[in-house]
Amino acid sequence: MPDRSKPKDKYSIPLRKQIWNSRASYILMSPFLLLFLVFVVIPIISSVFLSFTSFNMLQMPKFVGFDNYIRMFLEDDIFVKALKNTLVFAIITGPIGYIMSFFVAWLINELNRGLRWFLILVMYAPTLAGNIYYIWTYIFSGDSKGLINTFLMNLGIINDPVQWLTDSKYNVGVVLIVIVWMSLGSGFLAFVAGFNALDRSYFEAAAIDGVKNRFQELWYVTLPQMGPQLLFGAVMSISGAFAVGYANAAITGFPSSNYSTHTLLLHMLDYGTIRFEMGYASAIAVVLFGIMLLTWILIKKALSKFS
Amino acid sequence: MRKLQYFKDRKKVRLSRSFGGTFAIFMFLVIIGVFMALPIVYSIVQSIKPLEEIFAYPPKFFVKNPTFDNYVQVYQLCQNLWVPLSRYVFNSLFISVLGTVVYVFIASMAAFPLSKHNFPGKVIISLVIVWALLFRPEVTGVAQYIIISKLNMINTYWSMLLPPLAGTFGVFLMMQFMETAIPDSLLEAARIDGAKEYRIFFSIAMPAVKPAWLTLVIFTFQSFWNATGVSYIYDESLKTLPSVLTNISSGGLARSGASSAVAVILLIPPIIIFIISQSSMTETMAHTGLK
Repeated sequence: MPDRSKPKDKYSIPLRKQIWNSRASYILMSPFLLLFLVFVVIPIISSVFLSFTSFNMLQMPKFVGFDNYIRMFLEDDIFVKALKNTLVFAIITGPIGYIMSFFVAWLINELNRGLRWFLILVMYAPTLAGNIYYIWTYIFSGDSKGLINTFLMNLGIINDPVQWLTDSKYNVGVVLIVIVWMSLGSGFLAFVAGFNALDRSYFEAAAIDGVKNRFQELWYVTLPQMGPQLLFGAVMSISGAFAVGYANAAITGFPSSNYSTHTLLLHMLDYGTIRFEMGYASAIAVVLFGIMLLTWILIKKALSKFS
Repeated sequence: MRKLQYFKDRKKVRLSRSFGGTFAIFMFLVIIGVFMALPIVYSIVQSIKPLEEIFAYPPKFFVKNPTFDNYVQVYQLCQNLWVPLSRYVFNSLFISVLGTVVYVFIASMAAFPLSKHNFPGKVIISLVIVWALLFRPEVTGVAQYIIISKLNMINTYWSMLLPPLAGTFGVFLMMQFMETAIPDSLLEAARIDGAKEYRIFFSIAMPAVKPAWLTLVIFTFQSFWNATGVSYIYDESLKTLPSVLTNISSGGLARSGASSAVAVILLIPPIIIFIISQSSMTETMAHTGLK
């Protein structure tokens, strides 16, 4: 898009001269852009190419056309299961995490300052702690020493310990709880700050205009001002929701019983870092990229009324 | 009297805050807060439980005779089975501190022209950086693995240091902040005085966006600190603290005290950094947003 604020730069100076004149800009950006190119852009583009090949890291990639994709959907039952699980996890945890981030941030903003900071730390701690989710394996431990089992047996709800982590009837639920537990991340902090920075005078004007309660205020005054934060939160939620897998593997084992918590990410890691079928792993990655981009485009459309 | 009336009217303006509503909000947050905090409290409690309480039946949530045995056990386990604990701590600190410093610098250097200069290619680079926010390191992992092994970086510090430096999150954050926090007139004035862009960046732009890079320090440190580097590193003496957690927690219930102790050790540095820079954090994140 031409920048019309400085027409001289754009139209009267030849492009080569413009580039030379901007050399300081390029030099400042170069360290980051070089790393970005090597570790993000090239991997993503090469995944697309490798997805049409058979490649084991030792020999040269061999072109196989759409074989990997055909194999994925027609022959690999576990892929189909992983795809289904990923979509289920993303559809449940993405919106829950997003809405929870928004509402918790909104409610925290209604409290006084000291309490607010304490609650932000408490809410954000699971993200801050990173690897601490393993503690859930002790809480949901399948023997009679597990906390949840003891608690439920004391109440008389169950008589025998439940295999929360290995029984495929329950372990999906456990993983969902853990993922929701970790979902107040950077999107949440962006919301907290967004609410914090809202202009007070709008609210007073709105109250005079007849806005009666917090919900009306949220809908008519707050949301229209939060467009950028809503979009940012959505990106972070989408990227997080489709990247589920590490917590699943840590909690329910890898592979989980009946592949009940297997996801595209885990399937990709299985083929990429264990079996070294890089062509096939790349094809899985491309499917994952495609789903993420598509979701992002849809969400962006849906949120466009706020920005 | 009239002033009093004014304040009464002002109060009326804020009438949408009922006491019942505030109380309901508070209770709701307490419930979510307990859900968030319990597992962390549990791991702290578990880390100071003596062995007989860990094996007690029925299990108790709280501890009766607190002890630091588990922390001593972590030290001994590392000493006997793998490499000394201090080595893991050194690796973690080395990678996290160096990575954070370098990333904050290169991300700010990239963000400055993208938010404040005009040059050919600016629009497309900014767009790519926003789109790349979607691709978390987990998702590009396998593709990165190929590159890292082709560059012969497997089993070196480089494999843990370089890939996270390519993340666009920090550049995005700094871009958003610099756009509004640095007045163009200030830059113009410096240019008229003959300052080079590099000088302007270091002595005008960076001091002006201090809250932003403090925030970036938190995020970056946290992600380096929690990274396990599983598939890139197989030499025990190059591994970091989170891998000790993985090693120990695979030992089942008998090791649950020790693994909780590692988890607590891991929790301390990010929380300290968070508390120190929390106020600058809200200021920065208010600028975070996609337009």
